[in-house]
Amino acid sequence: MNFLRQAWLIACKDLRAELRTKEAINASLSFALVILLLFSFAFDPNSEQTREISGGLLWIVFAFAGALILNRSFARELANDCLDALVASPVSSAALFLGKCVANVTLLLAVELVCLPVFGVFYNVRWTGRFWPLLLVLALGTWGLTVVGTMFSALTVNLRLRELMLPTLVYPLMIPGLMAAIQLTTALIAGQPLAGGLYGWLKLLAGFDIIFTALALGLVDTVLVG
Amino acid sequence: MRQKVLFGLCVLAAWLVAADIAVILLVLPDEAAQGAIYRIMFFHVPAAWTALLACLIALAASVMYLITRNLRYDALAVAVTEVGLAFGAVNLITGMIWGRVIWGIWWTWDARLTSMLVCWLLYAGYLMLRHAVEEPTQRAGTAAVFSIFAFADIPIVVFSIRWWRTQHPQPVVWGGGAMDSSMYRMLFLNWAPLLLLFAVLAALRMRQEQAQREIDALRRQAHAL
Repeated sequence: MNFLRQAWLIACKDLRAELRTKEAINASLSFALVILLLFSFAFDPNSEQTREISGGLLWIVFAFAGALILNRSFARELANDCLDALVASPVSSAALFLGKCVANVTLLLAVELVCLPVFGVFYNVRWTGRFWPLLLVLALGTWGLTVVGTMFSALTVNLRLRELMLPTLVYPLMIPGLMAAIQLTTALIAGQPLAGGLYGWLKLLAGFDIIFTALALGLVDTVLVG
Repeated sequence: MRQKVLFGLCVLAAWLVAADIAVILLVLPDEAAQGAIYRIMFFHVPAAWTALLACLIALAASVMYLITRNLRYDALAVAVTEVGLAFGAVNLITGMIWGRVIWGIWWTWDARLTSMLVCWLLYAGYLMLRHAVEEPTQRAGTAAVFSIFAFADIPIVVFSIRWWRTQHPQPVVWGGGAMDSSMYRMLFLNWAPLLLLFAVLAALRMRQEQAQREIDALRRQAHAL
């Protein structure tokens, strides 16, 4: 109980800090919109093909936008040695990590929920047909992206070239999760029901989340404390 | 003494490879469907096995480092990862040469090719991560955690990509997957010298890593003085 309360406190603290400065979410959102715009030059936007590759487009946008939020997650604590204070506080590393994950997932989901209608309008795609299953896929995919990303944000926080290292390390690791999320998103936007082979992908995505959440919670102490 | 042993093993590996190449080129007949190019398999397949073995040893060494905090394990992990990456590259490149001859294209997004490339990129990230960290114990801890993450990812990557590819047309590699027993034996016979080479290179790299760390420590001491 205490553990969850600590994680919740950290999440609230991060969200409050972010909502006051809005530095990460603004950067992430405008970056996402720029990429959405750039895609319109890469191919003919108003075609039926857009629907067929919608999952891929959206998750590439989310992954890029997510990197900006994740980069800030631990780097924000470097000023005034806040990270040292957090590690020295009675909050366990796992609770600290979990709290930051929750805050990052909230921020990234907010960015995604803004991007989806924009995507729908720009590319003339109806995406609301399977809204609730789509929301589930978004949540699971974002959780996977965030768990791996937050872990690596902690891992790379003291490095030079931090901004560069995070995406290079995270994206190859994310491939199975991203692949499942892409397949599911494309199918759901095309209006298919969540059944049959799609269940398999959903299980894969959930399994990916569980495996890496467990690994990250187990190993985060060695990363932060050493 | 140690240097002489390594040198001896190196010579042995070279001799074995030369003998194997002689058998592969002169004794074994051409394969019925593919002709002469199938011989690349005797390096292609053992290189993949060696790379996988390297990942396993890297995982074990990383876990041992996190438990014991002995930097020898860190040196072992980086040595096998680096040499394993070289074998992975051999696997990818020989595969591409084979693909150019048989399929007429250098690359296709077939399940095995894609999985191998993803795993290769993962472990290349491991080396990049190491280059970015200066302090030795921090570098070792960070790299060990990354190595564990990368290894946990391998089965998920392989599984998901295979699944993804079953929904797409796939090039036919072998008809039934059967192979002549003499060719099968040769595959394992040629793995032995490659394994020996892997061990020698990893041992050399491990020594170099430890020497590098000592030099860095001395340099820092000199700075402090």
